[in-house]
Amino acid sequence: MRHILAFIWKYNFFFLFLVLEVAALILIANKSYYQAAVLNRATYGVSGNILNTWSGVISYFRLRDENLQLAGDNIRLRQQLTRNQSATDTLSIAVMDTSGGIQYRYTLAKVISNSTNRRDNYIMLNKGRKQGISRDMAVINANGVVGTIVSTSDNFSWVMSVLNKHSKISGRINRLNQMGTVVWQGGSPMTGTLTDLPAHVKVKIGDTITTSGFSHIFPDNIPIGTVRHIELNKGDHFYTIHFKFAADLNSLGMVYIVKNLYQHEQQELSKQVIDEK
Amino acid sequence: MKNNYGKDILRFILLVTIQVLVLNQIDFGGYIDPTLYLLFILLLPFEVPGWLLLISSFFLGFSVDIFSHSTGLHAAASVFAAFVRPGVINLVGRPAEYEANLKPGIADMGFRWFFIYALLIVLAHHFILFSLEAFRFEEILYVLLRMIGSTAFTLLFLLTIEYIFMRKRH
Repeated sequence: MRHILAFIWKYNFFFLFLVLEVAALILIANKSYYQAAVLNRATYGVSGNILNTWSGVISYFRLRDENLQLAGDNIRLRQQLTRNQSATDTLSIAVMDTSGGIQYRYTLAKVISNSTNRRDNYIMLNKGRKQGISRDMAVINANGVVGTIVSTSDNFSWVMSVLNKHSKISGRINRLNQMGTVVWQGGSPMTGTLTDLPAHVKVKIGDTITTSGFSHIFPDNIPIGTVRHIELNKGDHFYTIHFKFAADLNSLGMVYIVKNLYQHEQQELSKQVIDEK
Repeated sequence: MKNNYGKDILRFILLVTIQVLVLNQIDFGGYIDPTLYLLFILLLPFEVPGWLLLISSFFLGFSVDIFSHSTGLHAAASVFAAFVRPGVINLVGRPAEYEANLKPGIADMGFRWFFIYALLIVLAHHFILFSLEAFRFEEILYVLLRMIGSTAFTLLFLLTIEYIFMRKRH
C-alpha cells in the first residue's frame, strides 16, 4: 500500500491530469441528461446575467437593422389580415372568436449570446420558465428557422441552433411538396444540407425549402432556405442538397419562440400508434 | 522564494472575459475559432507547481464552458494543454537554474522560443478540443481543417497580444 501511495505521489502530475481529464470527459458525456438539472441552475444565474447586461450594451449598435426587420415583418403580417382580402366567397362566415383554433403561441425574446463557429452552436435567450418557455419549442425569426429550445432556467433558455450536429429538422421543397431532412455538416454558417430527398424528383436551384409542418415543434411553412447546389452521386437514391439559410444566423437580434399548444396531445397520439405495433 | 500570482489571477479573469464576451461572439468563418485564453497557461511562471498548473487550467476551461454551453469541452482541452506544457518546455529549452526569475514570454525568451512553445501547446489544445467536439471519425478532415485554421489565428492573436503588452527587462 505504501508503495502504491509512493508511486502515485511520485507521478502525481500524471495522476492529477488523469483525474481532471476524466472529470471533464464525464461532464461532456453526461451533458444532456445530468447537466440540464444540476449544473444549469448553478451556472445560468451568473452567466445569464452577465451575458444579458453585455447584450444590452451591444444591442444599440444594431437598432437600425432590427427596426428594418421588424417593419418588414409588420408589412407581411398586415397582408395576411383577413379584412384586407376581398370577400368573394359568399358562403364564408366571419369568425368572431379569434382565440378559437389557435395552435401556436409566439413569445418575443432577445438573443443574448450566439455562436456560429463551433461544430455545435447554441444560442442563449432572455426568456425562461417564468415566461412559459419549455423544452422542445421552436425558435424562428422574421426570416426563417433558427433552432429549438433545449434547456431552460427561470429567466433564460438555451437554443440548439440549426448549426448543430444534433439538429435535424423536417424540411420540404415547397414547389414539389417533397420532404427531406435538414442537417448541418459544419463549415460555413450560411449553408445547410438537405438529405433524404428521393432522387426521382426534379429539384432546381433557387427552390425554397420550408418546414414541413409534420413535426410537433415547428409550424408549417416557415422558410428554412433556398437551394444553391445539388449533388447526386451515381447509384445514390437520395440527393444531397446544399442550401443557403433564410435566417442570417450570425446576426440574430430578436427572435420568436413558438409554443405548439397541441404538442402534448400530438405526442400522446403518436405514442399510442407506436404502442399498437 | 516568494511567489506572486496576483498578475496571473488578473490575467485569468481578463482573458476569460475577452474570450466569452468578444471572441466567442464574433464569426471568423466556419473553420476559425481563436482561443485567446490559452495565454494564461502559456504565461504561468516556469516554477509553477504541477498541481496548480493542472487545476487552474481546468477551471480556466470550465469558466469558458459555462458561457458557451459546452460543459467539459474546453476544460478537457485546457487540462491536456497544461499536461503537455512541462514536456514542451523541456523540448524547446528550459532556462538555466540561475536565471530563475525569467518568465516564459517573448521579452525573456525571445520570439523564436515563444513561437515554437506556443505553437506546440496550441496544437495540443486544438487537437483535443476539435476532436471531442466533432466526436466522429468521418469528420476527421473537418477537424484537421478547423485545427489548422484556428491554430493560425490563435497564434496570431497570442503573438500580437504578447507584443503589445511586452515589457523589456532592463
